[in-house]
Amino acid sequence: MNIVFYIAAAVAIIATVLVITRTNAVHALLYLIVSLLSVALVFYSLGAPFVAALEVIVYAGAIMVLFLFAIMILNLGQQDSEQERRWLQPATWRGPAILATVLAIELVYLFVASGGRLPSNGAVEPRQVGIALFGPYLLGVELASMLLLAGLVGAYHLGRRPRPQEQGGET
Amino acid sequence: MASVPIDHALILAGILFTVGLVGVLVRRNVLFMLLSIEIMLNAAGLAFVLAGARWAQADGQVMFLFILTMAAAEVSVGLALILQMYHHRKTLDADAFDRMRG
Repeated sequence: MNIVFYIAAAVAIIATVLVITRTNAVHALLYLIVSLLSVALVFYSLGAPFVAALEVIVYAGAIMVLFLFAIMILNLGQQDSEQERRWLQPATWRGPAILATVLAIELVYLFVASGGRLPSNGAVEPRQVGIALFGPYLLGVELASMLLLAGLVGAYHLGRRPRPQEQGGET
Repeated sequence: MASVPIDHALILAGILFTVGLVGVLVRRNVLFMLLSIEIMLNAAGLAFVLAGARWAQADGQVMFLFILTMAAAEVSVGLALILQMYHHRKTLDADAFDRMRG
């Protein structure tokens, strides 16, 4: 199990360094997704399977799609099919694909080695997390829901286009 | 599972956090700064989950859930702000926003 942790950690560090050194935002986003996936594998090898699943679903799934939409909206003006063709060249996705392949091999190894069962010794199960979440941390859950509502309202207010008469008054 | 030394996992969290911090300090593109903040939040969550796994308690994972919630709210508001900035200034350079008068 140790080797899984170290390889995933190495992939995470490499991918994260590549994130902050890219000039193209989409390339950086691909590397960040790989980095989050490897951190998810680190969680799994540490005995936290529930959080590993959440990391993949919420972080690598939802939040990164949000970033992708923002990048696409910002590039709307100069984006054309020529640029799209350049993005689909192998040089763009070769690096993330190699790192992700390493992670996939590790995942298959984990499943084969453990016989398809969750890590047993020392693992914190989702049941314990749920009991703690809705027991002593109930107030935190309420606060988190209010935070999410505030984020929703704030994003809606900030993201809305000004109406024509408002725009006339501004400029 | 607990065979991974806690030092090594903490070092991993520290390296990831440092890389994110360097990203915020070095890059001047607002979008990349937001990405770097995500990296730092993730590293902090990693430290929490690690501590929870070390003592086999669920509190670390609960804290990670809260960090996840906070990151989602922060990203939605931050991206909306970036879109507004881009519509006003037609650039993503952080230095171009040094005089913000709305």
